[in-house]
Amino acid sequence: MDYVTRGFRGRRREPDESARVPPGQYLTDDFPVLSAGPTPHRPVAEWSFAVVAQDGEQLARWSWDEFRALPSETVTVDIHCVTKWSKLDTTWEGVSVDTLLSDVEAEAGYVTAFCDGGYTTNLPLEDVTGGKAWVAFGYDGEPLEPEHGGPARLLVPHLYFWKSAKWVRGLRLMDEDEPGFWEELGYHLYGDPWREQRYWGD
Amino acid sequence: MAGAAVLGRLGPLRWRLAEVVEVVPETPSAATIVLDVPDWPGHRAGQHADVRLTAEDGYQAQRSYSIASAPEDPRLALTVERLENGEVSPFLVDELRAGDRIELRGPIGGYFVWEANGGPLRLLAGGSGVVPLMAMLRHREATRSEAPATLLYSARSLGEVLYRDELERLGAAGAGLRVSYTLTRERPPGWSGYDRRIDGDMLGEVFGPVDPAATAFVCGPTSFVEAAADALVALGHDPARVKTERFGPTGG
Repeated sequence: MDYVTRGFRGRRREPDESARVPPGQYLTDDFPVLSAGPTPHRPVAEWSFAVVAQDGEQLARWSWDEFRALPSETVTVDIHCVTKWSKLDTTWEGVSVDTLLSDVEAEAGYVTAFCDGGYTTNLPLEDVTGGKAWVAFGYDGEPLEPEHGGPARLLVPHLYFWKSAKWVRGLRLMDEDEPGFWEELGYHLYGDPWREQRYWGD
Repeated sequence: MAGAAVLGRLGPLRWRLAEVVEVVPETPSAATIVLDVPDWPGHRAGQHADVRLTAEDGYQAQRSYSIASAPEDPRLALTVERLENGEVSPFLVDELRAGDRIELRGPIGGYFVWEANGGPLRLLAGGSGVVPLMAMLRHREATRSEAPATLLYSARSLGEVLYRDELERLGAAGAGLRVSYTLTRERPPGWSGYDRRIDGDMLGEVFGPVDPAATAFVCGPTSFVEAAADALVALGHDPARVKTERFGPTGG
């Protein structure tokens, strides 16, 4: 095997942890922060969350107080960042995307999450429904800090964490899968960590 | 996936077996790994690469490292800081030798990049976060770019400053690059630079009035990046022209 690096041994994981860590990832106990620009500091009084149709029509909208009055869930999930760290058993509080879409009468194959700061990311609708995604406002029992995406971020733990858009302000329904911010810049359109879909062509 | 065919125009980023040409100690805790990478597709200043190491028994580990070399350099250089208890970085800094081989793929990242015609540069480095910014300064020099550039480099001590001699040379009079340091923990006798963590006053002094044509690149540990980016925005910089990258202990 000519790709063996002389002298490298590495650090093996316990088998029960290994089964939870996707290929090419390592475990961290920290909570690293990644973002492409300055952290927006949006006061909740100026925050709202919207669901927008393909033609731009606003289908639903919640103020912060209305959003926080929706039923919420506490979930414990593993998260996987494309920069290679994974973190097990992270606990979040948020509103299921199913709840946010429950009264929306529209058809779409995809959604684009849009955010303060201009960030976007694209997801198939079926990946944010069926109990697979939340708009999270709490982390580890505390309000979500701005650097981690507060006041609220998308949480889609089964995909690489860039899909869990920070500072999220809404979902736009889409008929086609249009690449978002990182997806335009070389990152995979879908981003399944178990298939190691990090970059274009993976 | 309708967009995939268009997006796939560059093809997959395949793993390449790179050979170590030399390992250059930079500071007691960091080294530059100079690599020959067959068929390297080229990169832009500010991008990074993924490294994959394989042990005899097939165990593998991957990490991402910023590229320090200019796109014009025929060899690829990664500067790696040893993280205590890290799995990969202590091996790269302390064990790797010329002639060893590691797998590498890239370049990765299309946002935190600067082209020589990309306008004035405002660079803010925290510790090893200087690495991708150095690629920009090397690119600027290699292309004889006349874009004005200012680097504010925050380090704990002078001994931890990377590329000090080269920065001094690049910052020599007439080159259009100004370099300012702040040493946050330990200063040599007679130190005349800054001696505190970065703040708005310091950024105002170093960078002067907001230049709408300039792009700011901020790279370092999270606390540094958050403070620097917040201060730039407070000084009136357009948030869309403040680009951030993290470089710091994430278990590597």
